[in-house]
Amino acid sequence: MWPIGELYSAGLLVYAVAALAGLAAYFRKLNAAWVAACLCCASLAAAALEFCASAGALLAGTEFNWSLPSGIPFLHYGVCLDPLSAFFNLALSLLAACVAVYSVGYLKHGAAQRRPGLFCCFFNLMLLALTLVFTASNIVFFLIAWELVVVTSYFLVVTDHESLESRQGGSLYMLMSRGGTGLLYIGFLLLASAAGSMEFQALHGCGAKLSPALGAAAFPMLFFGFGVKAGIIPLHIWLPAAHPVAPSNVSALMSGIVIKTGIYGMARVFFDFYPDLPVWAGMLVLAAGVISALLGVLYALMEHDLKRLLAYHSIENIGIILMGFGSALLFRSFGHPQLAALALVAGLFHTLNHGVFKCLLFLGAGSVLQGAKTRNMEEMGGLIRRMPWTALFFLIGAIAISGLPPLNGFVSEWFTYQGLLAGFGATPTLTRIAFPIAGAMLALTAALAAACFVKAFGITFLALPRTENAEHASEAPLSMKTGMAALALSCVVLGLGATWFIPVFASITQQAFGVQITGQLVAGNSLLLTAGSVHNGSVSPLVLAVALVALGAVPLLLWFALGRKSKRATGPAWDCGLPGLTSANEYTATAFSKPLRMIFGAIFRPHREIQAEFDVSPYYPKAIHFESEIEPTFETQIYQPLLKGFMALTARMRKIQTGSIHAYLAYIFVTLILLLLIEVRG
Amino acid sequence: MIEKIFSTLIQIALVLLLSPLVTGFNRAFKARVQTRRGPSLIQPYRDLYKLLRKGMVIPETASWIFTATPYVLFVTTLLASLLIPTVSANAPLSLFGGVLAVVYLLALGRFFLALGGLDTGSSFGGLGSSREMTISAIAEPALMLAVFTVAIGAGSTNLSTVALSALGQSWRFLAPSQMLAFAALFIVLIAETGRIPVDNPATHLELTMIHEAMILEYSGPYLALIEWAAFIKQLVLMTILVNVFFPFGLATDWSAGSVLFSLALFIAKLLLLAIVVAVVEVSNAKMRLFRVPELLAIAFVLSALALVSTFLFQA
Repeated sequence: MWPIGELYSAGLLVYAVAALAGLAAYFRKLNAAWVAACLCCASLAAAALEFCASAGALLAGTEFNWSLPSGIPFLHYGVCLDPLSAFFNLALSLLAACVAVYSVGYLKHGAAQRRPGLFCCFFNLMLLALTLVFTASNIVFFLIAWELVVVTSYFLVVTDHESLESRQGGSLYMLMSRGGTGLLYIGFLLLASAAGSMEFQALHGCGAKLSPALGAAAFPMLFFGFGVKAGIIPLHIWLPAAHPVAPSNVSALMSGIVIKTGIYGMARVFFDFYPDLPVWAGMLVLAAGVISALLGVLYALMEHDLKRLLAYHSIENIGIILMGFGSALLFRSFGHPQLAALALVAGLFHTLNHGVFKCLLFLGAGSVLQGAKTRNMEEMGGLIRRMPWTALFFLIGAIAISGLPPLNGFVSEWFTYQGLLAGFGATPTLTRIAFPIAGAMLALTAALAAACFVKAFGITFLALPRTENAEHASEAPLSMKTGMAALALSCVVLGLGATWFIPVFASITQQAFGVQITGQLVAGNSLLLTAGSVHNGSVSPLVLAVALVALGAVPLLLWFALGRKSKRATGPAWDCGLPGLTSANEYTATAFSKPLRMIFGAIFRPHREIQAEFDVSPYYPKAIHFESEIEPTFETQIYQPLLKGFMALTARMRKIQTGSIHAYLAYIFVTLILLLLIEVRG
Repeated sequence: MIEKIFSTLIQIALVLLLSPLVTGFNRAFKARVQTRRGPSLIQPYRDLYKLLRKGMVIPETASWIFTATPYVLFVTTLLASLLIPTVSANAPLSLFGGVLAVVYLLALGRFFLALGGLDTGSSFGGLGSSREMTISAIAEPALMLAVFTVAIGAGSTNLSTVALSALGQSWRFLAPSQMLAFAALFIVLIAETGRIPVDNPATHLELTMIHEAMILEYSGPYLALIEWAAFIKQLVLMTILVNVFFPFGLATDWSAGSVLFSLALFIAKLLLLAIVVAVVEVSNAKMRLFRVPELLAIAFVLSALALVSTFLFQA
């Protein structure tokens, strides 16, 4: 038995001490690199402690409960490390550890370098707040931690506050988060009024106590409230604005785990607080998943800012996770706890997997950003020679996120597919058609994601450098490479070793649906992953990987038998008869995605402008100016009218805000009279 | 265990040897229909033999991705071919990955091939990669939906289980859902293997190239591996079509009689399908690139109809 409680509390304590030390360093104006290095090591130690605590809680299947009265009504400083919390805390601590290692090198450059103490203070405070969000067991305490995450991550996003883009991205994030929290308040209060308590334990299954109308009102509040944080479309607009402008180690945590607090909230509410939900709720979640996945990847394809591209992919993957959650809800509604468990495992496993590879990709983008001094892919190219390790790690992340075997993305998408496939046989009426259609959309999403990462990797790392900066880029230092290597290794281990990892979900499905499916999901001496039984379908990433390596013997034998004596020379690539191949001949990111921009023109509404300057004939242009952009539909069609309406409303309100003290005294007087009248009549 | 390894080796040999023949037959038949004399049936073997012995030129601009691509492509495609039932209904490695693994292994090969195209820095490589990834992406939903229809019918994504279940009901291919799914998969086959009207494998005209543009810089043994992988991929997709929808004669045991009968029938079915593909090729003109999505949309509608008819008739 591990001392789970002690490890957990020690982790929190180390986070808190590191945050205070950072603040002290800031006020003492200690800005040396070693300060940041020490504080990052503290985060690493805290994350390691939390990792051990969560792993222990998950493996032992026991709950750790602890509570402290606050003296304030309804608020208890209560924490509970049940399987669901432990799983999310495990993911958090894994990512936090890798990012902490990476940050040692990363903080030597960039905007955070000027105030490393303050940066590390917020960094550790955010990790502390995230741990509390995942483990709080009281609504008020949960919401306090939730807000603390928003505030600390806001300060981290605007680290580079001299740039307008940063400040705007940060403000949008803050604004959207506030809106989302508002919805959460309403939803939680409705639930708490039904349960008569603010404690999570009392809330367990309390959704059944709500009247159908109130239950139907509370569900969308909570879904969209958490959905803002998770970044489901159409509530996603803050995500591509805030993630790219943050320092890359912050973006990695934001995309890797901060948006997963929304997923955690949904899992907690859907599968713990609500014992059952109507069919439309499951369909809503499934539909939100499909739309977010598909539109997320389509918008990602149109990006040539590497970090914005990755941010849109976060939306896509949240969609894939919600497909798993949506099918789990539907299965539960139709009384199939086994299938619901399968779909929940798919969603949760993808949550962890996405955290790992997205974190890796953002860290890779951070290295590229430091190496090539730009986020614009059109100004990169050929970095695989200058930054071989970063390129390798980024490639592993790209393969994983595209859902290609044998890495972890493939495994969780495979489970998602199997859940969707099982839906056809297990549900009545028209919902059964929805499942395979969602599966087909998942296939389209995955294929488009592969196209997008061919673009992202190919344009960034391959062929010739397009600018001076790209030509003289330098490889990341050892600490950054170590952080990325650990995440890349996790992608491989979670993929090949999935059969050994799946049993971790046993206690979670037990908690949610009262069934343990993981025994059926693993078969054949822990070699096979199955969709409930071997008959339904099975896959073995490990055997596939071994077979891939073993089959390498065939081309080697062929080469040995026939090609051994063939000569190998290097020469110039075909340059279409021009005097030498230059970077101007290369395909660009914009050109690469052009066919898809035309095919999905109805969604993108692309707009382009070409101006050619010429002397004699338009057939011999001297210079060409090309501009191409797509319409940001959600911003122009939804948010701008909303903002306009809001501004018009506030302009009207201004009429009563005259600024004259007499007027305000009159208001107070009138209000007083009115209140007295009401009181007398009542 | 020994039997498993033995059957795996046999299937590797079968796939390697048979795949160029199907392509050779397709080309020879096409030439006959067009009243050309055309290449010999075994020309693809000669090409591979020649290429494997030739020297090669690697572009100066290329990185290790360029070198790794032929191996990755060849190995993933070969592995995909071991997951599908060819002569025996029990594919050697079918337990370790069903139809989803087949589709995603092919996607892994394509992922690297597209990177290999971009790696040289020449305009053609990027052009080919971009088009290949686009067409394969929009073919994917039709492919998966058709596959789902078949998998739902058999209650499994394991291709051997699917084939065995189809073997039990010999006339199932007459069900509307099966016929519609077959039609959808046939269109996907045309698109994925780069046949007319989607792509023309016999041309090197820059305006129309897709697959050929990506591999323009490859030569010698690397080109041989890529070509061979393309043959195998075509065999994989054709085998799925013939053995999942028309599984008659698939061997369920290892007696010499049933295996030989199954082998003969398998080759006959493949050649028949190759004839159908050839007829489609000679009777159509190549489409404009931006007409291809319409063709694939038809495939998607067909597979959606297949699904709906499963829903209507199977419930």
